[in-house]
Amino acid sequence: MPDGTAATRTRTIEMQVMRYNPATGNAPYMQSWTIPFTDDMSVLQGLQYIKDNLDGSLTYRWSCRMAICGSCGMMIGGVPHLACETFLRNFLPGPVRVEPLEHFPIERDLVVDATDFFTKFERITPWLVPKDPKPVSEGEYLQTPAQLEEYEQFSHCINCMLCYAACPQYGLNKDFLGPGLTALLHRYNADSRDNAKAERMELVHSEEGVWSCTAVGYCSEVCPKQVDPANAVNRNKTQSAIDWFARFLPGRK
Amino acid sequence: METFNFDIAIVGGGGAGLRAAIAATECDPAATIALVSKVYPMRSHTVAAEGGSAGVVRSDDSLEHHFHDTVAGGDWLCDQDAVDYFVAHCTEEMTQLEHWGCPWSRKADGHVNVRAFGGMKIERTWFAADRTGFHMLHTLFQTSMKYPAIKRFDEHFVCDLLVQEGRAAGILAIEIATGEFKLIRAKSVIIATGGAGRVFRQNTNGGIVTGDGMALAYRQGVALRDMEFVQYHPTCMPGTGLLFTEACRGEGGLLLNKDGYRYLQDYGLGPPDPWPRKKAMELGPRDRLSQAFWHEERKGRTIETPHGSAVHLDLRHLGEAKLRERLPQICELAEEFLGVDPAKAPIPVRPAVHYTMGGIPTDVLTAAPLPGLFAVGECASSGIHGANRLGSNSLAELCVFGKVAGEQAAKHARETPGADPAMLKLQADAARARAREPLERTKGEERVATVRDEMARSMESGCGIYRLGDEMRETCETLARLRERHGRILLGDRAEGWNTEWLSVLELGFQLDVARAMAHSALERRESRGAHQRLDGFTERDDAAFLKHSLAIYRGDEAPSIGYGDVVITHSRPGTRAYGAAGEAADAAEREHAIEESDA
Repeated sequence: MPDGTAATRTRTIEMQVMRYNPATGNAPYMQSWTIPFTDDMSVLQGLQYIKDNLDGSLTYRWSCRMAICGSCGMMIGGVPHLACETFLRNFLPGPVRVEPLEHFPIERDLVVDATDFFTKFERITPWLVPKDPKPVSEGEYLQTPAQLEEYEQFSHCINCMLCYAACPQYGLNKDFLGPGLTALLHRYNADSRDNAKAERMELVHSEEGVWSCTAVGYCSEVCPKQVDPANAVNRNKTQSAIDWFARFLPGRK
Repeated sequence: METFNFDIAIVGGGGAGLRAAIAATECDPAATIALVSKVYPMRSHTVAAEGGSAGVVRSDDSLEHHFHDTVAGGDWLCDQDAVDYFVAHCTEEMTQLEHWGCPWSRKADGHVNVRAFGGMKIERTWFAADRTGFHMLHTLFQTSMKYPAIKRFDEHFVCDLLVQEGRAAGILAIEIATGEFKLIRAKSVIIATGGAGRVFRQNTNGGIVTGDGMALAYRQGVALRDMEFVQYHPTCMPGTGLLFTEACRGEGGLLLNKDGYRYLQDYGLGPPDPWPRKKAMELGPRDRLSQAFWHEERKGRTIETPHGSAVHLDLRHLGEAKLRERLPQICELAEEFLGVDPAKAPIPVRPAVHYTMGGIPTDVLTAAPLPGLFAVGECASSGIHGANRLGSNSLAELCVFGKVAGEQAAKHARETPGADPAMLKLQADAARARAREPLERTKGEERVATVRDEMARSMESGCGIYRLGDEMRETCETLARLRERHGRILLGDRAEGWNTEWLSVLELGFQLDVARAMAHSALERRESRGAHQRLDGFTERDDAAFLKHSLAIYRGDEAPSIGYGDVVITHSRPGTRAYGAAGEAADAAEREHAIEESDA
């Protein structure tokens, strides 16, 4: 980022934004605005400038402005990004192309329908099933920093769905559980306190599970929180293979 | 209009709403629960809380210490029965979250670790690096999926609270994707919609923090309590107001003025030990630190940035490794948004509005004055924050009182017959027409953004860190005019589905009502206490006249009327609120006095 003078120096940049309102029956189209910006302005702030001053009907999701609520994922310059932490200055001389997240149905303008993501979410048993249940009055389950580190990175997923927009396989096959939810599933499986791994592995082994992944790795590149879902998928491929071969060992069912 | 019947309707799907939903279904598995949120629950603003959540665990700490830090931190405007209940239940709630999988940071032996926060005598802040709110929210959201009785209405905007025969009887919601109205009948309604910080210009809050729930109750005749108390967090990003957690200072961060001087020592917070002394200097309370900034700015000792003056938050001495472990998100924010590597350079910061201490008044059981209505979290005035909230208490509050709210709502629903459906439908139809009016309006010359920005500027200038009678009066007048102009906003968007411009108008209506309650309550409080500081002759705390909760009563277009209610004081008489060496001396004197009294 710029020194003080650059942050206050106002320049202009063209924003090209995809518009779509299914209620009108018209096909999606691109609309352009040239807006003033300073070097510390995000793409989200650019959209807000348009909505506040030029076209109140421009529609997008946003809230926290600090890359933690996961609302403002969109395609910016053809790449999945959070609009709040993507800066207009990086697209000079412009234009900046802004489109809804790929691979999801569009509800309106930059708002996509996330129903599929949330339907799958409930299927991964996204809660802790304790190994040795005990009442709260008996205190916390112990977990060393090393045990915490086993899964911590996978717990950073903000459900922004950028990795789904990046995943070519999800684009082709909507049954695929997908990168983010596989990472979240792995987060619980890798938690030393949890006991539901067997149940979750059923889903991992299944057709919707990790074997759908073709190891492109783009999911991890676009992840704004360094969750590295590709890593979670790979670890589960290994685990899934071990589980499969283990069936043939004596004494195992 | 599609109509649903539930035992309990919860408005808001953040930490408080989710905790309440889980408690309600655990307490009564037969209860039907609607969890209604204008965003997907894990987008709620709980997600942005960084530093941590309080719960006494150390052997050298005690519930009495937590009680005293809270009550003195709140400048004795806390309801002490509520604080007693709160401190006694924080730790079990933090442990409950642990049992649900929350990735709390750990000590080498596997036990949960705690850190220091401002205004805190002994370390008691549970943390998950500096993403505590995020992890608490996601843990609660994911855990809530275990319970089939919790029926979620995601991305549904609640535009009205329905009241029949003096009881809460349901809510009216707009499905955002379609614009369709849904009448949700409920025997108990829990409001858990969070705060209202967006009525100010520079704030740490997400765009959704617009005081909806406060306004819903207020318009139905529930007085809003202690609305003049708005917390400025001292360390925020200039311009955007994004938060740099208090944990930065809990871990040893320093605040420096333009000369590299630890200026807090000039404001009764010293001595400036090189190590972090509890309840002193950078570990003083938020109100005092924000006030110190204000004075430094006027003395010309702050740093100029493109977005106004700032001071430096210096974390360099903590070293790269500790910063990455304890404050990873802070590092990211500083790097991405400011281009500053905190291991190499100090971060420019300034105060921004962070938290609304006041809200819907509740008793210790989270019940609002309207039967069947419960409130929890930042939208509530549970009595634990008084005139200034202690850092780490708000996340704990979501859980402690969220659980109570869920259980109480379930109990109330079991004992209550449903409201008359025909009458409720009539009311819902009228509410629907009111909510649609801006969408159908064909005349007007105002824009949402203009009215909203003028409100936010006016609140900042009249109800900021320090307040003056004339400026507050001007803000009150401005808000009255803006309320009128709000009725002349003409929408550019006429669509039914995903019309966020229309919803912004409804939110702005909520905001203006809440802002008026704040400004008028502030004007009428002729003393200085906690986050409410006046410079116009009312510079001292006045217990004789104002050891009282303010109560703002809604009067439509008219300015709210301001009344007062009693503060519950059980065993801590108002004393001197001091920090640093002065605080330690005052504590010692207090102890001596107590010994003398017990000898006598």
